[in-house]
Amino acid sequence: MNIIVCVKQTFDSEARILLDPKGLIDESAVKFIVNPYEEYAVEEAIVLTEKNGGQVTVVSASCQDPSQALRQCLAMGAGRAVWLDCGQADFADSHIYAEALGKWLNTQDYDLIFCGKEAIDDGMSELPSRLAEILDLPQVNTVSSVSIEDGKTTVRRDIEEGCEVIELNLPCLLSAQKGLNDPRYPSMRRILQAKKVRIERITLGDLGVSEEDRVPFVKIEEYLIPPARQGGRILNGTHQEAVAELLRELGDERRVI
Amino acid sequence: MSILVFAEQRDKKLRKAAIEAVSKGRALAETLGKRVTVLLVGDEISDLVDEIKKYGPHEIYLADSPDLALYQTETYARVLEKMVKELNPSLVLMANSVMARDLAPRVAQRVGSGLLTDCVDIRLDNGAISFVRPIYAGKALVRMKITTPVQFVTLRANVFPPEEASNETEVRELDVATEVPRAKTLELDIPPDQGPELTGADIIVSGGRGLGNAKGFALVEKLAKLFGAAVGASRSAVDAGWKDHQHQVGQTGKVVSPKLYVALGISGAIQHIAGMGTSKCIVAINKDPEANIFKVADYGIVGDLYEVVPVIIDHIEKQGDLEAS
Repeated sequence: MNIIVCVKQTFDSEARILLDPKGLIDESAVKFIVNPYEEYAVEEAIVLTEKNGGQVTVVSASCQDPSQALRQCLAMGAGRAVWLDCGQADFADSHIYAEALGKWLNTQDYDLIFCGKEAIDDGMSELPSRLAEILDLPQVNTVSSVSIEDGKTTVRRDIEEGCEVIELNLPCLLSAQKGLNDPRYPSMRRILQAKKVRIERITLGDLGVSEEDRVPFVKIEEYLIPPARQGGRILNGTHQEAVAELLRELGDERRVI
Repeated sequence: MSILVFAEQRDKKLRKAAIEAVSKGRALAETLGKRVTVLLVGDEISDLVDEIKKYGPHEIYLADSPDLALYQTETYARVLEKMVKELNPSLVLMANSVMARDLAPRVAQRVGSGLLTDCVDIRLDNGAISFVRPIYAGKALVRMKITTPVQFVTLRANVFPPEEASNETEVRELDVATEVPRAKTLELDIPPDQGPELTGADIIVSGGRGLGNAKGFALVEKLAKLFGAAVGASRSAVDAGWKDHQHQVGQTGKVVSPKLYVALGISGAIQHIAGMGTSKCIVAINKDPEANIFKVADYGIVGDLYEVVPVIIDHIEKQGDLEAS
């Protein structure tokens, strides 16, 4: 069973976000990580191939070198890593990344494609469905459990109020949600081994992504930093007094209860 | 040219944020001099039409069939695709939900359109429309435009308050030939009596590491029940296994913006603040006077939550008794 996991390198979730003098997101002092939802996807792919045989390939379509994230995935147990270098494509345009991934995936042999349900940086969550549409594959997003028996795949998909149980055949595309598994911490030995693996680099030109497929669908006008929220009042006194004051404020002043 | 709103229902219940999308669509249509059409998809859902009419759309299209009882990407995508091709709208609005984030990009790709998810503001500048959406879980915002003729947009819940409006509403049927999808939904598993859903809730009571153990959530749930609130949890409480990840609020959980957010024993890590920082009113109860959560809370009580929360419960129950007598 060959599984290809599409990963994105993102900012560490602890990062403070600032703008540079040009009004763009300042990336100078940021630590980069594997997007957390893709870590669940990589872990699940490794577990599935441990059980069923086959190989895990990680691929990242991006403008910036995603080696840090790809090496993390190799250290976890992926066997092969590929960077689709998208050159100057706009970061916001998921459809261009989806076109690039689609072109490359059409040249590959796979049973299952795994993505994360969304990237924690742009929060857009459109890539998995766009990619499934390009490849004409059935899809299930926000998957919190997967079982595969004789090519028949049964998954649970998280929704707001509970979950759905969905059945489909391979090949298909799934996107991972938190709760799917606990991603492993690679050993030092594996981290060192992963440093020696060559990451394949392929350009949009190599893939034959046409100029037409590179026309952006969206455009960034400006970045804004929301004003920091100001702390309010600490309610002092005994617990009785503080609670009475709190409920009076919430009821009469704020009218939220 | 018109505005199309996909009014999401599950289990024959309209999502609250779908009503917000209908109302916002109607208001935008009015400003831009366009018509607003609502698409409602499901099985035996005609009862929901009256609820939607209150918000004044010009037309409601019903795609009503037993094959559409459960959400399935491929069947719903075919319905939405057909509606978009027939109507050729300039804007397709949806509630930002798990369903929309599955459906909208699939159809947007099929019809060659741009999509912006989770928008919190729509700006009009001389007829040019742009959308503001949070990035880095709300630590920053970006204002964007969509450059394709049909624009797909999903709206965050609890941000666009719905307003009723009276318009003549025509109700039509949309005929759709359905095929058996490759990904079949076998069942919808919604636990009963679970209270309001987190992202749409007006009030949320959340617990964190300060609870000390999983049993502490009993107190969180008791207060939530009294407030008619949803129950949330911090990442550390979820990672400790005290609460299911479905309840997690924050950067790798749900982003919420209720009227009232009550944080119990939550220190206020940056990832948590990112998920609830746009709440209208925040209350924090924590033992540690230096906790970061007090920097964003409108009201704070420094103290042991196991002492303070029972006092709150006591006060509310007494108030309830007074009102009942």
